[in-house]
Amino acid sequence: MVDEGTRKTLSSIPLLKTKAGPRDKELWVERLKEEYQSLIKYVQNNKEADNDWFRLESNKEGTKWFGKCWFFHDQLKYEFDVEFDIPVMYPTTAPEIALPELDGKTAKMYRGGKICLSDHFKPLWARNVPKFGIGHAMALGLGPWLAVEIPDLISKGVISYKEKTG
Amino acid sequence: MGTVEELLKINEELRNKLEELTKKNHAARSKIDEMSSQVVDSNPYSRLMALKKMGIVKNYEQIRTYCVAVVGVGGVGSVAAEMLTRCGIGKLLLFDYDKVELANMNRLFFQPHQSGLSKVEAAAETLRNINPDVNITTFNYNITTVDNFENFQSALLTQGLSGGPVDLVLSCVDNFEARLTINTVCNESDLNWFESGVAENAISGHIQFIEPGRTACFACVPPLIVASNIDEKTLKRDGVCAASLPTTMAIVAGFLVQNALKYLLKFGDVANYLGYSALNDFFPTMSLKPNKNCDDNFCRKRQEEKLGKVEEKVRQEIEEEGPVHEDNEWGISLVDESVIDEKETTIAASGIAFAYTVPTEGQKETQGTSGTSKEVSLEELMAQMKAI
Ligand SMILES: [Zn+2]
Repeated sequence: MVDEGTRKTLSSIPLLKTKAGPRDKELWVERLKEEYQSLIKYVQNNKEADNDWFRLESNKEGTKWFGKCWFFHDQLKYEFDVEFDIPVMYPTTAPEIALPELDGKTAKMYRGGKICLSDHFKPLWARNVPKFGIGHAMALGLGPWLAVEIPDLISKGVISYKEKTG
Repeated sequence: MGTVEELLKINEELRNKLEELTKKNHAARSKIDEMSSQVVDSNPYSRLMALKKMGIVKNYEQIRTYCVAVVGVGGVGSVAAEMLTRCGIGKLLLFDYDKVELANMNRLFFQPHQSGLSKVEAAAETLRNINPDVNITTFNYNITTVDNFENFQSALLTQGLSGGPVDLVLSCVDNFEARLTINTVCNESDLNWFESGVAENAISGHIQFIEPGRTACFACVPPLIVASNIDEKTLKRDGVCAASLPTTMAIVAGFLVQNALKYLLKFGDVANYLGYSALNDFFPTMSLKPNKNCDDNFCRKRQEEKLGKVEEKVRQEIEEEGPVHEDNEWGISLVDESVIDEKETTIAASGIAFAYTVPTEGQKETQGTSGTSKEVSLEELMAQMKAI
């Protein structure tokens, strides 16, 4: 089940309109603009709610995305690199979000550090094509994953706090 | 330092070991020009050509004229590739971007010493050794990324034995993205293919034959799953992504290649959809017609082209309207979460269910979508995002 918090977050992220993938040249640019506008709004919402938890940017073509996400546990900030490709069948298929530095450290990942999604992610995504975008994938996929897995990995001693320098 | 005798002894031991290893590496037979039906110990094709003598297959040796693409060389694909290799297929294209890992050793085919090698390269080496008559070409990349899509499509269209399209595509991938990519290419290029899958709980699987425009494509309806008697809500997923069994994977690979052989060599009936439920040894079959409103416009185009060629023989038709709890003897699982509208859709009494449902055109909400103002450029938005 999607918990109440995730549901609320999802409904606050602007929905997208253009059904276009990277093979659709001009329409893809339109879709990308919607993605960025939706993401900007989502990040702004997060900041206002004192729940800022990721930054993303993409290559010029909008096909490769990368950035950082972070999670607070016992007042300590744990930060991870995030990356994913826009699949050629996007937005019919969701991006596979990866945290490469955690690859091999948890069973809740597929090869390459791609996070394991809950059973309801794909149905929910499929029902909301093309309205869901990258922001929704982050909120529905990565957000809940971090909330469950990071405290577990910390308690198992698999990851430890690193003091940020600079 | 040892004595001369000791050193000579070590020398001899090493020579013997070397000879043994050299022999092992050259044990592979040489190529055979023509398939013979002669029953002698040295003929690797005698038992296959016997199918011809028994009247099961008319022209078994035609298998050498076919090229099959195996997409995904994991637990199902590697076994399927080995089966086709042993059957003497003409050419195999192998696609995968993964490496062999020790975690794969609960499945068939790969061996521990191959850990770290790319799956396609490791597979090609083993397969060439088993049957040097098979022409094997490998493609070590992820087909779902934009960079590789064109290469994938052109490989399927030009790597056939006569430089044309492949004769059949076998999807042995483990994810929705790759299946949909194969579906798109096959609809666009009008290639026939088999989809295959094993459930993440390892106790069910299926194969599905897709002829663009004539049978339902992968985008026509939500993915079909074989209903198990397990209540999905009680399925424990904590701590693991997926389970796998060599048995279930080999059964699905067997179903897949059996039907591929029937399709290529034209004997028996090719299943449109064949499922397998391990817990109750249940094997449902059914046929699926294409969806006139399929999301894939090439699917709709192929349907128009092939209109009238639609086969009349339909074993079981898909029921669009649910719910059908009353005759749901297999415990078909229903979607339990929805942000729009919960519409239960199952296929009555067939033991096969949709993995989830999607809203019909009429149900899709159009309100609330953002839309962008034309004045803002992508570059400005990118800069704005960076500046937050
Ligand atoms: Zn279709």
